[in-house]
Amino acid sequence: MGERTIIPFGPQHPVLPEPLHLDLILEDEKVVGAVPSIGFVHRGLEKLVEKRDFHEMMYVIERVCGICSFIHGQGYVQTIEGIFGLEIPDRAKFLRTIWAELSRVHSHLLWLGLMADAYGFESLFMHCWRVREKVLDIFEETTGGRVIFSVCKVGGVWKDIDNETLKRIVEVLNVVEQESKALTDVFIKDFTVQKRTRGVGVLSYQDAIDVGAVGPTLRGSGVAMDLRKLGYAAYGELNFEPIVEKDGDCYARTIVRVRELYQSIDLIRQCVSKIPDGEIEVKVKGNPKGEYVSRLEQPRGQVVYYGRANGTKYLERFRVRTPTFANIPALLKMLPGADLADVPLLALTIDPCISCTER
Amino acid sequence: MSYLPKSPWLVHYDASSCNGCDIEVLACLTPLYDVERFGVLNIGNPKHADIFVVTGSVNEQNKSVIQNIYNQMAEPKVVVAIGACATSGGIFRECYNVQGGVDKVIPVDVYVPGCAARPEAIIDGVVQALGVLEEKYKNMGKVAK
Ligand code: SF4
Repeated sequence: MGERTIIPFGPQHPVLPEPLHLDLILEDEKVVGAVPSIGFVHRGLEKLVEKRDFHEMMYVIERVCGICSFIHGQGYVQTIEGIFGLEIPDRAKFLRTIWAELSRVHSHLLWLGLMADAYGFESLFMHCWRVREKVLDIFEETTGGRVIFSVCKVGGVWKDIDNETLKRIVEVLNVVEQESKALTDVFIKDFTVQKRTRGVGVLSYQDAIDVGAVGPTLRGSGVAMDLRKLGYAAYGELNFEPIVEKDGDCYARTIVRVRELYQSIDLIRQCVSKIPDGEIEVKVKGNPKGEYVSRLEQPRGQVVYYGRANGTKYLERFRVRTPTFANIPALLKMLPGADLADVPLLALTIDPCISCTER
Repeated sequence: MSYLPKSPWLVHYDASSCNGCDIEVLACLTPLYDVERFGVLNIGNPKHADIFVVTGSVNEQNKSVIQNIYNQMAEPKVVVAIGACATSGGIFRECYNVQGGVDKVIPVDVYVPGCAARPEAIIDGVVQALGVLEEKYKNMGKVAK
C-alpha cells in the first residue's frame, strides 16, 4: 500500500466550467476515495416564491440552470397547471415538446464537446459547438433568446411557431443530423477515443439502481427508464423507445447520448408532422390552491418538482430535485480505482450541472 | 485605444451563475464567434491570465475562491463581470444566499449587462478590458512589449 495523498479537484478547474469540488484521496496514481463538497453555487432561489408571484416565478425557475432552462420552465408551469387542474391546448403541448427536444439536442452536443475537451480532443470540441450554434439559431428565431427563453407561461406558451418556420426547422435539423454523423462517428469508432472511454468508470446495473442514478447515466448501465414515457406534454402521441446500453462504462454513456441526439431530432420531426392548429394558451383565473408533483426527463435525467399553494398569489413552497444531485452518488461509485488522469472524464460522464444541484 | 502587441489570456470562474452566462462565455471561444483567432485563450491557470472573467453572484462559500484566484493573477490584471448576476446579483439579488455582485469582493473594471449576456456583449466587454489593461500597463511605468 502506497502513501495516501489528498488532492483537491476544483472548484476552479480547467475541465469543468462549473465549481464542483472533490477531495480526491490517492494512493500513488489511483483514486481510493473522493469526498465531494457543494455549496459554491447555492443561491436559495426556492425561497423566492415568497417574494415573486406564481407567474413571475417561472422566470426564476428557468434560471435554475441555463443549459436545460426550457425544461425547468416547462416543469414549473406543469406543476402550477397541475394544481389548477388546467388542460392546455394541444398545440401548446406540441410546441413545448419541440422546444424541450431542441434543448436536448443542444445540451447533448454541448456535452459531447466538453467530453472531447476532457480527453484533449480540442478540434472535436470546437466542431460539436459549431453544430450546436445551428440549434441556438433556431431558439433565437423562435423565442428570442439563445440560452434563456422565457417562452412558457402558466396555461400555455407565449409564442407560436408558424408552420412555415416549423418546416424550416426540420430542414436545419437535417443538416445538424448530417454534420453530427461525422462527429459522433469519432466518438463511436476512433481507436484512441475508445482507449480513453471503454472499460473506464464502470457502473454496474445493480449499483446504478442502488444509488438511484438517473438519465443517461442510468440508461448506460442497462436500465430502461425514460420519464418521457409517462406521456406528459405531447410525448404520449409520439413513437419512441428509451435508449439503453449495457456496459455501464464511459463509452456506453457516450453512446446513449449520441443515440439520444438522433432520437430527439426524430421526435421533433414527428411533432412537426403531427402538430394540430389552434390556440396556444388558455386563460388562467384566480390563484392556485393545493399541491402537485410533476416529473420530467431532462437531458441529464429525471427532475422532480413539487409545489404547494394556499390560494394566494404566492406559493407556499416550491421544490426542485435535479438529476445531477441523484447522479453524484453514482460518480462516487465510479471514482475508486480510477486513475487520477481519468477523474475529469468521469466527472463529466455524469454530465454534471452544479447550478441545478445547488440552486 | 491602440492594440497591445500581446494576446490577452483569460481565466473564467463561475461564481454562482445559472450556467447561462458560462456557456455563452464558452460560445465566444468556439467557431461562430471564435475569439481565439485574436489570440484570446481561455486557460485554467490564473497565474497565466491577464483578464479575469467572472459570471454569477457572490456568496459566503465562493467569496474566498474569487479572492484567491484574483490574488494569484499577476499585475496588471483586469476583471470583467459578466451578466446581471455578476454585476448586481440580478434576478437572484433577493435570495438569502446572494450577497450581490462581484464588486463586493474584488474591484471590477468592466461590467457586461444581460441575462444571459450575449456573446457579442461579452466580446465587447473583453475588448474594453484590453483598453483598461493597456492603461494599467502605462500606469505601472512600463511599455507593453
Ligand atoms: S445573468 Fe442571467 S443568465 Fe447569467 S448567470 Fe445570472 S441568471 Fe444566469
